[in-house]
Amino acid sequence: MKYEKSGLIGGLGIQGDRVATLLRGNLRQYVMIIALAVVIILFQILTNGILLRPLNISNLIAQNGYILILATGMLLCILTGGNIDLSVGSVAGFIGAISAVFILNMDMPVYVAILISLLIGVLIGCWHGFWIAYVGVPAFIATLAGMLLFRGLTLVILQGTSLAPLPAEYNFLAAGFVTDIANIPGINLLAILFGLLASVLFVWGELNARASKRKYKFDVIPKGMFIAKILFIILVINAFTYALALHRGIPMVLVIVTALVLIYTFVTTKTIPGRHIYAYGGNPKAAKLSGVKTKKVLFWVYVNMGFLAALAGIIFTGRLNSATPKSGTGFELDAIAACFIGGASTTGGVGTIVGAIVGGLLMGVLNNGMSIVGVSIDWQQAIKGFVLLAAVAFDVYSNSKSKSI
Amino acid sequence: MNQYILEMRNITKKFPGVLALNNVSFEVLPQNIHALVGENGAGKSTLMNILSGVYPYGTYEGDIVINGEVCKFRDIKESEAKGIAIIHQELALIPTLSIAENVFLGNEQIGKFGVIDWHKTRMRSIEMLHKVGLRENIDTRVSEIGMGKQQLVEIIKALAKDVKILILDEPTAALNDEDSKHLLDLLIDLKEHGITSIIISHKLNEVTKVADVITILRDGAVIESMIKEKDDITEDRIIKGMVGREIKDRFPKRSHKIGEVRLEVENWNVYSTKDITKRVVKDVSIYAKRGEVVGLSGLMGSGRTEFAMSLFGKSYGSKFSGTLKKDGQELVLNHESDAIKNGIAYATEDRKSAGLILIDDIRRNIPLASLDKISKRSVINENLEIKIGEEYRQKLRIRSSSILQKTGQLSGGNQQKVVFSKWIFADPDILLLDEPTRGIDVGAKYEIYSIINQLAEKGKTILLISSELPEILGMCDRIYVMNEGRIVGELSAAEADQEAVMQLIMNSAKEVLV
Repeated sequence: MKYEKSGLIGGLGIQGDRVATLLRGNLRQYVMIIALAVVIILFQILTNGILLRPLNISNLIAQNGYILILATGMLLCILTGGNIDLSVGSVAGFIGAISAVFILNMDMPVYVAILISLLIGVLIGCWHGFWIAYVGVPAFIATLAGMLLFRGLTLVILQGTSLAPLPAEYNFLAAGFVTDIANIPGINLLAILFGLLASVLFVWGELNARASKRKYKFDVIPKGMFIAKILFIILVINAFTYALALHRGIPMVLVIVTALVLIYTFVTTKTIPGRHIYAYGGNPKAAKLSGVKTKKVLFWVYVNMGFLAALAGIIFTGRLNSATPKSGTGFELDAIAACFIGGASTTGGVGTIVGAIVGGLLMGVLNNGMSIVGVSIDWQQAIKGFVLLAAVAFDVYSNSKSKSI
Repeated sequence: MNQYILEMRNITKKFPGVLALNNVSFEVLPQNIHALVGENGAGKSTLMNILSGVYPYGTYEGDIVINGEVCKFRDIKESEAKGIAIIHQELALIPTLSIAENVFLGNEQIGKFGVIDWHKTRMRSIEMLHKVGLRENIDTRVSEIGMGKQQLVEIIKALAKDVKILILDEPTAALNDEDSKHLLDLLIDLKEHGITSIIISHKLNEVTKVADVITILRDGAVIESMIKEKDDITEDRIIKGMVGREIKDRFPKRSHKIGEVRLEVENWNVYSTKDITKRVVKDVSIYAKRGEVVGLSGLMGSGRTEFAMSLFGKSYGSKFSGTLKKDGQELVLNHESDAIKNGIAYATEDRKSAGLILIDDIRRNIPLASLDKISKRSVINENLEIKIGEEYRQKLRIRSSSILQKTGQLSGGNQQKVVFSKWIFADPDILLLDEPTRGIDVGAKYEIYSIINQLAEKGKTILLISSELPEILGMCDRIYVMNEGRIVGELSAAEADQEAVMQLIMNSAKEVLV
């Protein structure tokens, strides 16, 4: 009755209901993005604007690139049933060390050294994958063993000391910037164009998705909200690339991470191997009886993790400009935390690449912001622990609520 | 004075978008066995969940009155305190604990200083096992006893809590005839001892045998309550009440067009996965033709499932021998994917734990076994996927809010239709169907039978495994009887009846003894 009096309010009420049910499905993801935004704004204020200065944005990317790369691989492991890979920090350290040995002690050309190092990463992944998928050692144990094994080997290779400095070519992946196409003082044209291109692609993708949803009569968010969302994201993308343009342009790490996110999002959501990973994580028995080669899925997920751990190792070593025995320590935990903060399920089958990246960024911004404000590293650790707990507790709570409705 | 032990008055329960129960009133007399029947989704489980406090007071409208007292349960503990115990279809036992430990789980016998009194626990357990006629050592792990006995342990567990009203949800769905009979006799025995039972069941023959009162629910409303010896209770009348129409034939007819031999299995042997010295399928030789529905009958544990799974790309077993031929060509299948590629499908008896990805939606479950069909160079065409999901949802009449609904939220019959969709979409030539109608209500069963018939009419070869003899007899052109891993007989549709099948099983058991 109430609605009849005012068509406008009535309409909004009904729309509100629809939006609520739509949002509920993706609650976790939205909440994490909102949380990220809140944390950014909070630290922007607390640091008197230092957080979002062009220089610091560039730093943020360099500081977190390797964790984001690891989180991408870790997500796939977690999708297969909450399996984690504890070895990635040690593997990253080991690969950093071995690549430094190739270059500095064996005088290998940088690109050859990097290529061989990545290949060794793949072999390490095969090693883990073999024990986990074909022998049936629980992933937790197999990778715990790997964690000890490769930390030990790193110490053996480096004989307890650091190897430095590394050639500039090697460090380019970690600290380099993409060369600009024009030479305009004070601003990087490529970064601006990059932002515009990304915006166009984004809008195109969103419009396509909306059109096909409509075609099959699925619920879509109301037009007004849709436009607002698009405008907001365009604004964020371009503000971000503009900030990069004001500093030194596009960091190589950003290119790598963006490429990985696009590729892995595509693979996980649109291809058969991706579907098999989710199916396996959702119900291994049903997946097997549907013809999914479950052992193969598990094996390749760990091979992939080995490769990405190697890539992260090279980038981290390049960033430090030295290979040290301790480098990579604790990376695995950051990567795992990123995935779970980003909405992955501990039992597998649920989680997205974008979620893991948002989770990783949330922790990265917290770290960076707290460092600028002057919070000690000890406290940072404690606060990160709390954030992880809060994020997962929220997930558990909202899941149990949506079930009881 | 109030004569009912339990009254549920004007219960209404809404879920988002669904009216699960609409003004339901339900009364139970003390010392009665009260059966609650209805199709899946009719609201039986919801009603019982309200009674047992799974849905707390406030989430529904109406009153629960026990012995004349209005109760407002906030959780299961509170309903248990009033003597209500519910035994779900999925048993709530801990497989790694002993029978005695399970019986007193959550109800531990406490001695001095809050320490568990094991002596008392054991004594009481032995006593109770004796009472229900369960001959097992109380220290045996629950994982080591069969389903029937596990069911009894659940009942003992409820009795140990001094239960007055025992609710059983599909207690005999997973039991063989003998265990079912024992269980039902026990309920009658408990009745004599003053315990009221409410039993939810799809097995109408059992219901008509033991129940004093039968209440039919349909679409969240009570259709009628029938009292034994007062009303004329027949299975047909119950079915009519449940589905709202008369089902003339429980098994739809199909036109016979049986063709050439398609599947040939010769001297097939399979060894157990757990114990490689144990042969679970012994020298099985069978054949099946195009358009033929071949039944595989036998008691539980006779090796039927193991046989079917071993044909499906060695999905079960540790060691194999024998030949498998399709259209005269020998096939060697080492993985489920090989079987699918060669046109063989297996629909599992265990839909929930092995048939579907329950956390995933209908759309994504259907093409899982044949993703190649909807993709190019490994990239999935999502529009096509949606189209196919919608097509099958309509064709097989999968009742759901949309194809985006998670399969875990569907009723048993609809879940089975999703499993069928998956395999029909994979378009195999041979379908191995393992207990396709287990735990499914009459209406949905009819639909599943119709689908099986359509597949046969299209020339598919179907091997139907079922523990329900009427189903085997009603559906199959030819029947193999299996016992102890062997084929002990073959009957044509004309010569088969319940007695003939049981005769074969019994005779073979004798031979083993001699």
